[in-house]
Amino acid sequence: MTTGVPMISFENVDKFYGDFHALKDVTISVREGERMVICGPSGSGKSTLIRCINGLEFHNSGTLTVDGIEVYEGSKDILNLRQEVGMVFQQFNLFPHLTVLENLMIGPMKVRKTPRAEAEATARKYLDRVHIPEQAAKYPSALSGGQQQRVAIARSLCMESRIMLFDEPTSALDPEMINEVLDVMVELAETGMTMVVVTHEMGFARKVADTMVFMEDGRIVEVSPPEQFFTNPSSERCRMFLEQILEH
Amino acid sequence: MTVAPDSYAPRGRPLPQPARATQVINSVTFSVALYALIIGVITYGAYTGAQAMGYNWQWYRVPQYFYSVTEDGFQWGEIVIGLMKTLQLSATAFAFALVLGLVVALLRLSGLIICTAVAIGFLELIRNIPLLVLLYLFYYVLGPIFGFDRYTASILCLGVFHSVLISEIFRAGIEAVARGQWEAATSIGMSRGQAYRYIILPQSIRFMLPPMTGEVVHMVKSSAIVSVIAVAELTTIGRNIISDTYMSFEIWFTIAAVYMVVTLILSVGVSFMEKRYAVAQ
Repeated sequence: MTTGVPMISFENVDKFYGDFHALKDVTISVREGERMVICGPSGSGKSTLIRCINGLEFHNSGTLTVDGIEVYEGSKDILNLRQEVGMVFQQFNLFPHLTVLENLMIGPMKVRKTPRAEAEATARKYLDRVHIPEQAAKYPSALSGGQQQRVAIARSLCMESRIMLFDEPTSALDPEMINEVLDVMVELAETGMTMVVVTHEMGFARKVADTMVFMEDGRIVEVSPPEQFFTNPSSERCRMFLEQILEH
Repeated sequence: MTVAPDSYAPRGRPLPQPARATQVINSVTFSVALYALIIGVITYGAYTGAQAMGYNWQWYRVPQYFYSVTEDGFQWGEIVIGLMKTLQLSATAFAFALVLGLVVALLRLSGLIICTAVAIGFLELIRNIPLLVLLYLFYYVLGPIFGFDRYTASILCLGVFHSVLISEIFRAGIEAVARGQWEAATSIGMSRGQAYRYIILPQSIRFMLPPMTGEVVHMVKSSAIVSVIAVAELTTIGRNIISDTYMSFEIWFTIAAVYMVVTLILSVGVSFMEKRYAVAQ
C-alpha cells in the first residue's frame, strides 16, 4: 500500500518542557500509506512525538515536515495542516454539548465551510463506517466508552484527513470495549490511510503495522518491521519491554 | 449463593434508628415552628418599639404609590415607575458589563503579555476603588470632561464596576472546560476564535450561570447607589416620597420588599434556565 513518498519526516528534532528533555535528536519518517505503531514505557516521549505532528505541541529545534508543510510555532499553514491530520485521543474528547451527529458536522461546517446537507451526508457515511449509525441523535455522555471512541474516529474521518494519529486510543477503555475500537482501526488501515498509532495493543500492531518503533527516554531506540521487532529486536531494552508487556 | 428475585421483602436486619430528640429536631414541623417563632419575636419587637416611640403607622397611604385609579383612569404610581427605571438601568448596565467583562477575560487569557497586563491593570484599578467613589469619579470628573449626563454616568459606572466581577466569572468558566476540548477543537483545524465560539464558550455557560445569577441580583441591588447622584430610580423615589410624607418606616419596608421580590423572581427564573442547560448535556 505504501508509495514511498514521505508524508511525515522528523529530522534531528528536539523538544523541551522547561528543563525536561522530552524528545532527543529524533529522526524518523513515515511514508504515504504507511502504518506505524509506536510503543515504549510511559514518559518515553511517544505522545509528545505524535502531538508534534499536528502542532498540539511545538518542537524546539530540528525540522518537522508533514505533507510538504513545515511545522513550527507561528506557521501560517498550521490550521490548514491540522485539517489534513486527524487525531484520536486517549480520553475521546468529544464535544459534550453537541449530539453525535453535530460532533461530526461541526468541523467540516465551520472549518471547511461545507454546506450543512453535505456535511450531514458525510457524517452519516462515517458513522456507518464505525458501525454506530443509530447513535446519531444522542449526546456523547449517553454512549459507552467504546462507542465514544468510535465517534471520535469518525469525527476525524469527517475532515477527510490524509493522516490519522492515535494517541493511546484504547487505554481509557474497559477491556470488553477495546476490540470494537481496534476493529474499526484495522478496517481503517485496510483503506490505505497513513496512520501513526501509539499503543500497547501488540495484537493490533502485529496485524496492521508496517513499521514498529520503540522509544525510551525521549529517543527512538528501535525501528523495524513487525516480524523482526517481535521475534528478534536488535536492542536489549526493547526485548525486555516486550517481554514485560507480552507476558500475560 | 442464590440470585435474588425481582421483588421480595428485605430479610436483612433493620438498621438502628436515630435518637428520638434528633428525629424531633430534624422534623419539618419543628423547623417551621421555630422559624415562625423567631420571625414573630422580631416583628413584635419592632412593632412595640415603634409604638413606644409613638410612630403613626399609615400603611393605607402606601398603595397609591403603586397605582391609582382616578377620573383620568388607571395610572401607575411612582414606585412602579421608579422600579422600571431601576430595571432599565440595571439591564443596560449589565449588558455593558457582560461585553466589557468578556473582553477583559479574553484579554487576560490571551497569553499575550501586553494584553494580560492591560487586563490585570484594569481589574486591580476598578477592584480597589469603592463603588461610591467610582460613581463620584464618573459623575463629577468624567461626566463634565466627556459631557455625559447622570444617567449615562450611572450606567458606565455600574457597568465598569460589575465587568470586573463578570470577567472573573467568564475566566473561571472558560478555565473549567477541560483542556482536552481545546485540543480536540484544535486538532480538527479550528482557529482560536472558532474554538472559543463553537466549543469552549457554549460549554462554559453551565459553569457561569450560577455565579452570573448572583451578579444580576447584585447589579439590581447595587444600582440603588445611584440615588446619591439623584437618578430617578427606585431608591431615589423612596427618598422623595418620604421627604413629602414622613412615612419612613412604611416606605423603606416597601422599597426593601420590592427589591426582594424582583431579585427572588430573577433567581428563580435563572434556576429554571440552569435546569434546562443541565439536561442538554
